[in-house]
Amino acid sequence: MDLFVSMFAATIIAATPLIFAALGELVVEKSGVLNLGIEGMMLIGAAFGIWVHFAGFPMILAVGAAVVGGALASLMFGVLALTFMTNQYAAGLALAIFGAGVSAFIGRGFGTTPVEAIQPLHIPGLSDIPILGEMFFQFDPLVYLSFVLFAAVSWFLYRTKAGLALRAIGESPDSAHAIGYQVIRIRYLAVMFGGAMAGLGGAYLSLVYTPLWVENMTAGRGWIALALVVFAAWRPRRVIFGAWLFGGMTILQLQGQAIGLTVPTEVLSALPYVATIVVLVLISRNREAMALDFPTSLAQPFRPKG
Amino acid sequence: MLFKIEPRAEPSRQMAIAAPLIATAMTLVVSTIFFVSLGLNPFVTLYTFFVQPLTTMNGVSEWLLKASPLILIACGLSIGFRANVWNIGAEGQLIMGAILATGVGLFSPWQESALLLPLMVVAGMAGGAAWAAIPAFLRARMNTNEILVTLMLSYVAALILSYLVHGPWRDPAGFNFPQTALLPYSGTFEVFDYSYRLNTSIFFTVVAVFLTWLFTNRSFMGYKMAVGGVAPAAARFAGFKSSVSVWLGLLVSGAAAGLAGMMEVAGPLGQLSSQISPGYGFAAIIVAFIGRLNAFGIVLGGLLLSLLYLGGETVQLNMGLPSSVALIFQGLLLFFLLASNFLVNFRIRRLVTRTH
Repeated sequence: MDLFVSMFAATIIAATPLIFAALGELVVEKSGVLNLGIEGMMLIGAAFGIWVHFAGFPMILAVGAAVVGGALASLMFGVLALTFMTNQYAAGLALAIFGAGVSAFIGRGFGTTPVEAIQPLHIPGLSDIPILGEMFFQFDPLVYLSFVLFAAVSWFLYRTKAGLALRAIGESPDSAHAIGYQVIRIRYLAVMFGGAMAGLGGAYLSLVYTPLWVENMTAGRGWIALALVVFAAWRPRRVIFGAWLFGGMTILQLQGQAIGLTVPTEVLSALPYVATIVVLVLISRNREAMALDFPTSLAQPFRPKG
Repeated sequence: MLFKIEPRAEPSRQMAIAAPLIATAMTLVVSTIFFVSLGLNPFVTLYTFFVQPLTTMNGVSEWLLKASPLILIACGLSIGFRANVWNIGAEGQLIMGAILATGVGLFSPWQESALLLPLMVVAGMAGGAAWAAIPAFLRARMNTNEILVTLMLSYVAALILSYLVHGPWRDPAGFNFPQTALLPYSGTFEVFDYSYRLNTSIFFTVVAVFLTWLFTNRSFMGYKMAVGGVAPAAARFAGFKSSVSVWLGLLVSGAAAGLAGMMEVAGPLGQLSSQISPGYGFAAIIVAFIGRLNAFGIVLGGLLLSLLYLGGETVQLNMGLPSSVALIFQGLLLFFLLASNFLVNFRIRRLVTRTH
């Protein structure tokens, strides 16, 4: 029971950076833009967060810097993809490579100094409940923030006029433009939101999860977040389930020895990547279900006519 | 003053040549600013980065040695990219090619045979192609996004490599270093001169460049694949199956990357170790774009990126700058290149504002 409880809590924590990054990318893709550079933006967020933290500023500013860093990095992609109408795959890859370089450069002096991680919240009463308290009420504030943001993104996309406009632009930018929406401007905002969320996911890794600077510390999580959006078939709720699934894989990998799995560590390390492929295959086979919420104009450059 | 962006009737040929030059110039400008902001003398740093590596024979040898895998992989990738098949996992295919080739080199019974090297070449290409066949099958038959699968498989390949060199394939006489025993002499490429590492494997790259040019510019298949990439509906009406592009694009690029991996272990490295590629598989994507997916452009792009690697090493040794600087420049170069490509298809006109 103890093991189950601790693995449940650990899964939620491991899923948190994925939830941030994938929710951000979901909004970007809903607007019809495909940004492959999540990995780069997460790394920049992770590095910015530690940078500001080591400079002696309070944690909230460190997280804020990561958010700003991610959003600024996403602008690099935005200018290419939206203003210069370049191939979005290539622009995203440029950002992924650039982000890896910039973050490694910023982090060159960090060494292996550990960060005083953001501590779990103690909610009087709730946190002390046996079992349930440990499972649900002993997390750091960013875990709760990820759920708040999930609710906010779902509400925004499906319950607000701006969300409707964003989805309309993703479906048919020409029609949306014709009825007066500023396609490029809204797409810029979506891209920056995606960058900010990826930055937040990166900050979670460097300030809570790991918590120290390691070069390329995202280890493919940016790409897994991208896969989660496909897995979710562009629906927010399934992003959460997908993130938990991958969070669970990560924990299984870490706890593998503890629960008596006697396989080489590399096999366990490969689990999240193999699982991503398996899940993608299972989901993608059903073309009709995939097409349901797919933003039709995804990755196609838009240029207003007239 | 107002500007107006308008599409060109057809892509500008002048701009197609000028765009990479503009991008390189912009990268130099930004790197100058970057160096100045770090308190370095920009002229000395740029000289150390881009000129000094090429002032010795050894430098030139290393330049070509590093350009060779980049060009080879980029040639393979360009075939798929033209058809909108996005193999971004060449790094994993390179690793699998290196693994299979090393396996043949170390454990096959033909250790002394002159056939060992050709067998390793075949094994390297087969390893890369087999690793790329997984995403090809999944995309062609299961509709699975090849970008994500190729990338995920790169991580898996790196883990397989790590398992082999830390475990069953580790050289027992290697002081516990994560590396295999050295390949037998008959399983390595001949060097041109014993002072330098440049070896005969570079001829594979020369042939690959020529074959890529032949395929993309002179073959009907290459033309069909390109049409399928630009106008899928048109290609479908003409009876061309997109799954052919997927299979060909991925298998060819996988085989090229696998061969590049084989050339690394049978060339400068001489053995399999946990670090066999400084990201050639990813950098080759940039090379393919710098070359505008054209075989001869790719040669220039490969030489440029190879110089970035060398320059990165030189400034690391001489000026203590971290090697990540080279990665930043790679990203910037691709960024400016994509931006300046805009000028190929669009023109910017100044609108004359009339004064009344």
